[in-house]
Amino acid sequence: MTRNILLLSALLLLAGCGASGTWGWYVIDPSTPAGWTNIKFLISGMGSTIAISVIAATISIVLGLIVALPGQSGNRWLRLLNRIYVEFIRSIPLLPMLFWVFYGLPIIFRSMGLNIPIDPFWGAIITLAISDSAFTAEIYRSGIQSIARGQSEAAQTIGLNYRQTMRYVILPQAIRRILPPLANQFIYIVKMSAFASVIGMQELTRRANELVVTEYRPLEIYSLLIVEYLVLVLIISAGVRWLERKMGADERA
Amino acid sequence: MAETAIELAKVNKWFGDFHVLKDIDLSVKTGEKVVICGPSGSGKSTVVRCINKLEPHQSGTIHLYGRELTNHPKSVASIQGEVGMVFQQFNLFPHLSVLDNLTLGPMKARGLSRSEAEARAHHYLERVRIPDQAGKMPKQLSGGQQQRVAIARSLCMEPKVLLFDEPTSALDPEMISEVLDVMVELANEGMTMIVVTHEMGFARKVADQMVFMDHGEIVESAAPDAFFGSPQTARCRTFLSQILQH
Repeated sequence: MTRNILLLSALLLLAGCGASGTWGWYVIDPSTPAGWTNIKFLISGMGSTIAISVIAATISIVLGLIVALPGQSGNRWLRLLNRIYVEFIRSIPLLPMLFWVFYGLPIIFRSMGLNIPIDPFWGAIITLAISDSAFTAEIYRSGIQSIARGQSEAAQTIGLNYRQTMRYVILPQAIRRILPPLANQFIYIVKMSAFASVIGMQELTRRANELVVTEYRPLEIYSLLIVEYLVLVLIISAGVRWLERKMGADERA
Repeated sequence: MAETAIELAKVNKWFGDFHVLKDIDLSVKTGEKVVICGPSGSGKSTVVRCINKLEPHQSGTIHLYGRELTNHPKSVASIQGEVGMVFQQFNLFPHLSVLDNLTLGPMKARGLSRSEAEARAHHYLERVRIPDQAGKMPKQLSGGQQQRVAIARSLCMEPKVLLFDEPTSALDPEMISEVLDVMVELANEGMTMIVVTHEMGFARKVADQMVFMDHGEIVESAAPDAFFGSPQTARCRTFLSQILQH
């Protein structure tokens, strides 16, 4: 898999070097000062992409649990609340939600007499976190439901209340099963963070767009952009696999 | 005369349209051992599950030492730990060590300190004859050992009544007796017990009262001698002949 990708990249590069006029790898050629400057400019968006993704994923993991727990309650109104949140949030495409948060939410704040500005950084984080929380909530739900009913019954017969049962019996077991899918969700957030470019966030995709406008070399620049995301995601994937092995080892002990 | 521990009067329960318990009357005095038997699907497990409110009942009354148990969450919460339960599938907490399985209830529900809870846990582990397994994980124990840990976990709450829901049905044959021995000891020490089981040898040894259920009804209820010696109904006779023929 990795080798095929490398081969393809190498072919593209070679094609670019050999052809006349249609390819222009010089724009990101690290051996020339101009090319190197361009590369540094493109990669400088990495920090924002990582920061947005990590903060949004962290909020989403907490928010997802807060959303998921009422869904497990015996109270049907709490369960309904959970369903409405999940169905509503996950039906909104990310881009419209981003526009709504970035351009619309400040108007609501102003009408309430609050002066809370939303900059592109936090606008992107809020949108990604809320949008993703509907999915993490569903991951928690399946994780909690995968723990056999006998576990909560046993907890009940030794006097634990609902909160204690969740905290000491159900969640510690569920967390082992939901960590891998939660980590997958993190990969999703990293890729979706590219949308932050449209509200002016200076992250990887925005940097690439800006360079394309000045250099007019979309093929070469967007190719490098894809490789940047590829590297990020491959690193996370390796982390996920390491985590799964560690969890699997725990399970066998 | 011993105090009445548990009193069921005209208890009915439905699963949807299925009438699973029909006018169940049952009275258990302190220190008494009641063995409930009957074919599968007869509602015997549901009776014990109603007594500790793992299942709600729809009509009739259930009293625990004079206190009525309703399906209200407050009522359900009030009996937690007072009525112990041993499950067919053990239901030990697989992510916790044997010791932590035993100390969780006393520490979180009863507010004992760790050292008090651990002392209690070691005491009951000794009583179920596995004093040296406290540090192990449940998965490292045999089925018989796991079930004895589950019994010790219930005992750690020092319950007034202990319920057993087919405690030996999931065990390999060679492990059944080690669990039954512990249960006989508990019975001899005066624990109030309601046991759903097909182990008729155990029943003869400890039961004060035998109850035979079929199709959600208590068909027959008698002292063991009369129950095994001269069953009154054809259904009970058929059941006993099937279960005792080997």
